Amino acid sequence: MSTLEFFLAGTFSAATIFLLAALGELVAEKSGVLNLSVEGMMAVSAAVGFVVTYETGSHIAGFAGAGLAGVLLSLIFAITAITFLANQVATGLAVGILGLGLSALIGRDYESLTIASSAGINIPVLSEIPLIGAVLFQQHPVVYLTFLLALIIGFTLKHTRLGLAIRSTGENPHAAQALGFPVFLIRYCCVAFGGLLAGFAGAYASTIYTPLWADGMIAGRGWIAVALVVFGTWKTGRIAFGALLFGMVSLGELIAQSMGAGIPSQLLSSLPYIVTIIVLAVISTDRARMRLHSPFSLGETFDGTEGR
Amino acid sequence: MTASPALLSLRNITKRYPAVVANDNICLEVHANSIHAVLGENGAGKSTLMKLVYGLIESDSGELYWQGQRVELRNPAAARKLGIGMVFQHFSLFETLSVVENISLTIAGSRQVLSQKIIDIGERFQLKVNPDASVHSLSVGERQRVEIIRCLLQDLKLLILDEPTSVLPPQHISALFEALRKLRDSGVAILFISHKLEEIRDLCDTATVLRGGKVAGSINPARASTQELATLMIGHEVAGVNTGSNAQTSSNSQSSDHALLQLNAVTVSSDDPFGTSLHDINLQVNSGEIVGIAGVSGNGQKELSRLISGEQMEKHLPAESIKMIGQPVTRLGAAERRALGFAFVPEERLGRGAVPVMSLAKNTLLTTFYQGMLSQGFIRGGKLKRYTDECIEKFDVRCGGAQAMAGSLSGGNLQKFIIGRELMLSPRLLFVAQPTWGVDIGAATAIRQRLIDLRNTGIGILIVSEELEELFEVTDRIHVINSGRLSPSLTTAEVTPNDIGEYMISHNQRGSHGDNSNTGDGHAV
Amino acid sequence: MQFKLDRRERASRRMLLLTPLLAVLLSVITSSLLLLILNKPVGSTLHSFFIAPFENFYSITEVFLKFGPLLLIAQALAVGFRAKVWNIGAEGQMIIGAIAASSVPVYFVDSTSGWLLPAMIALGAAGGMSWAAIAAWLKTRFNANEILVTLMLTSIALQLLYYLLLGPWKDPMGFNFPQTVMFQNEALFSPLFSGVRLNTSIIIPIIFTVAVWLFMERHFGGFKLVVGGLAPQAATYAGFSAKKAVWVSLLLAGFAAGLAGMSEVAGPIGQLQRSVTSGYGYSAIIVAYLGALNPVGIVFAAFFVAVLQIGGDVALVSANLPISAVHVFQGLLLIFYLATYTLVNYQIRPLRHASSSTTEGQPT
Repeated sequence: MSTLEFFLAGTFSAATIFLLAALGELVAEKSGVLNLSVEGMMAVSAAVGFVVTYETGSHIAGFAGAGLAGVLLSLIFAITAITFLANQVATGLAVGILGLGLSALIGRDYESLTIASSAGINIPVLSEIPLIGAVLFQQHPVVYLTFLLALIIGFTLKHTRLGLAIRSTGENPHAAQALGFPVFLIRYCCVAFGGLLAGFAGAYASTIYTPLWADGMIAGRGWIAVALVVFGTWKTGRIAFGALLFGMVSLGELIAQSMGAGIPSQLLSSLPYIVTIIVLAVISTDRARMRLHSPFSLGETFDGTEGR
Repeated sequence: MTASPALLSLRNITKRYPAVVANDNICLEVHANSIHAVLGENGAGKSTLMKLVYGLIESDSGELYWQGQRVELRNPAAARKLGIGMVFQHFSLFETLSVVENISLTIAGSRQVLSQKIIDIGERFQLKVNPDASVHSLSVGERQRVEIIRCLLQDLKLLILDEPTSVLPPQHISALFEALRKLRDSGVAILFISHKLEEIRDLCDTATVLRGGKVAGSINPARASTQELATLMIGHEVAGVNTGSNAQTSSNSQSSDHALLQLNAVTVSSDDPFGTSLHDINLQVNSGEIVGIAGVSGNGQKELSRLISGEQMEKHLPAESIKMIGQPVTRLGAAERRALGFAFVPEERLGRGAVPVMSLAKNTLLTTFYQGMLSQGFIRGGKLKRYTDECIEKFDVRCGGAQAMAGSLSGGNLQKFIIGRELMLSPRLLFVAQPTWGVDIGAATAIRQRLIDLRNTGIGILIVSEELEELFEVTDRIHVINSGRLSPSLTTAEVTPNDIGEYMISHNQRGSHGDNSNTGDGHAV
Repeated sequence: MQFKLDRRERASRRMLLLTPLLAVLLSVITSSLLLLILNKPVGSTLHSFFIAPFENFYSITEVFLKFGPLLLIAQALAVGFRAKVWNIGAEGQMIIGAIAASSVPVYFVDSTSGWLLPAMIALGAAGGMSWAAIAAWLKTRFNANEILVTLMLTSIALQLLYYLLLGPWKDPMGFNFPQTVMFQNEALFSPLFSGVRLNTSIIIPIIFTVAVWLFMERHFGGFKLVVGGLAPQAATYAGFSAKKAVWVSLLLAGFAAGLAGMSEVAGPIGQLQRSVTSGYGYSAIIVAYLGALNPVGIVFAAFFVAVLQIGGDVALVSANLPISAVHVFQGLLLIFYLATYTLVNYQIRPLRHASSSTTEGQPT
């Protein structure tokens, strides 16, 4: 495999982690809930996913365990922020801290162990095409499923009654309730869905992308996923594009090192964060656009009364 | 009781909130083929009662019968299933969705089918609206139509309308009434909530009057005199506003010609996609006069208010665009304009005019801090408390003292507090937005009286209001705002509400969006 | 059981005082269950956490050593949180403060000047403030979300630290460890008692606390920030600048975190190394909330969390409990606190008979 092939193929693989987590956060935010515990949910799920896969030898079991862990943690968030009406930002941070602690606790006896990665698939004929074949048709099934999921979520939000219900809940929970929508239930489900996808993202990171467990291995990718939702102005297509961009940037370090460039590795490691800040500033500066696309009640506590 | 069971029958309904009994032992019967008014002042418990009927809140005790059967309405979906629909005062539409998307939230069916139905109903009841228009591009009247159509698309037996005329220009009210009468004749019962006596006499077959959460009486509005209705509603007779003589100031022509506020050809494009841009606004307020700005909400009132108050600064405007008390203030902030002798009472009392979870004393500090309330930047608690106490005393604010939370006051008392706080600044120019919104009649009369008295002392006053009656009662001149444009100045004594209404609906309200609805506006709702 | 939450007429003062205690109690119960699952002795672990830190003089001084930076940073963060400026990058501001302060002894290795320490204090504060200023500028100029920016800046600060420690600032005699030279005595705060690490820098958080209390409770500047946090439109109406609130909040936090970083390198650590922050920047978020964002409450909260961290160190040895267990406990503490804090403004009522309402509180 050429360096270019390796780079482009790796981009899709790295982007999958960002995209899975960002899609989950997108759905939660569309319902009006800002769940900032993505990093923590991914960390716990990465640990659980690794441990389960290590013990059972099954990646599917690993993904299931990780998904469950993500959902459970997201429910802790939901109970605190939705039922008990706590500030969403603070709750997200708290659950994030809990998640990082739990991940270290769960993975403690597995530090630096490795497992076999799960193999990608070769799509016959197509994978033989030079360059494109290696990049697009030799990926792991989870990669394809993730990009497919982006399409499905985009369609659901835009064109279905379920999507309408989620969007209206996120725009104006009071009005949604007046129409008889179960606002609390919708938000619980969306947050849990976000937890599930963050769980899968964690599992993909620790069992497929780099099949090993190391404390702190999520390394801010959960936060970048949160930022991606803003970059994509709450649209799945743009989020997927952003995920690919960040997948590419996060590979930059490896590539630059392999080319032996005289750049300090720390600068390269900082690159995703620097890019995040710059893109965030560029996107956010158009306030009208942010106002038009962001869910209007995002982050606001809704206590179910009518503000009498 | 009548021979056939009533469509809806409420028996001994009681709903308590921590501070107040909103509904106290209410009994009410609504029959098919009738328009039934629920009349009462602000705070009489009308809205609470309607929310109970629509399943939005639950009563603490009492029973609800539907066609003779006992029912429990746990949520609006259950109410809709029975055939109950409701049009809210502040609409429950989603701005980012289209008309048909909004309707498809509660009505089953594909979008094509629903669009056709929307058009059909629009023609049948003269409620025209473009199904594909985005709600944020619709005028307030059009939004109301969407809500009514949404109700009509279900199997409707009872339609509840919460103060539906408060958002309409006069010309459109009669059209709405026409549509409602057609509905009644087609077999639908209508519950019509209002605090306006005249329109009830015009429209309703029967009226239940609420006062202080209790039923004060049920009467036939067509037979009862206005005075009877008013007495039932308020509990005593109403005193009118004494406009007093403006002679004092008009004789003193020097001061009355003195311009306190001038806006010169102000054009501001809104950077909020849901906002309204202002075009070529020319406005002048002189000392000793009250100038009113009328208009249907959402036509630029918010933007204009923020521009005048200094909450929104448009630094690109020429420096002389906005002048206050002789000085250009275009580049001055809200606090600096206040220091010149300007005071402002915003329409939102909680969250803008006052911080709900802060004490009245702390809320006083918001606008009075430059009045010697600070020493080296530290807050002078004693002085602040004295000022607050004086405001509470002088303006008859009923509350638990200077330490009471602003959010614990009733709407009327909070408004009295805010107006009092601003007036104690002894402003030369006063700007009040919606002075009597949600305020009971007694307090509203007192507030209007005070505004007139102030004018007579030579202060210049600007009022933004959606209540035409109010503007006719207190103003000397009126402008109408429509699509971000201001009409020429009209002398109040020389125009009629219908003239004002013409300005409210003249030329396209919303640019290119609402196609047919614009030209047909005068005839539709 | 089903219940609903009813808004109280006014906030309950009793609950305000009770909720932190309730949160601690619930966290202890949950953690005990967790310990049982992990097959660790519950009694002795709890002893390590809550009693052992007080069992000897040295431990007590260590508690106060942790108390200092936690108090310092939490006070500043709380000011920002009340203004709804979400700076969660105090960790990064602390790192930059430590780096800036360390530049003095690193470049003047042999100096014995009395100006060393004052220069480090000034540079530490300035360093933290400059890092926070980036976030403030991006927020006010470009509307960039400060949560994400401060977090990203923390990651960048960490990389910068690694770069310096592995490169230009590495102690040439340090056996290739990623750390600087040990600082000379003139660059260090002096210990309060002989044989302990607690030093004179403790005076900084104490003075800072008094200043913050005055600012928030008595000064108009604090009032403006609080109004901006509670009701942004009321702040605009009054003419208080939202941008200024962002700048004040972030610069104050940068100042405090920078000083905290400085007092670590000029105190217990005595050099710049990778673990310079010990996670104070994150723990301080918990301290700020647990203290109800109130300057007095934060004093107690900082002390409690300091005890918890020393207790965690003890448990690390006595019960072979990993340090991550302390993070779990802290996370639980904050979650329980946030959940129970609702009772300050709401009261729980059981829902009458079977009728469930969609309009109020969710059945759980």
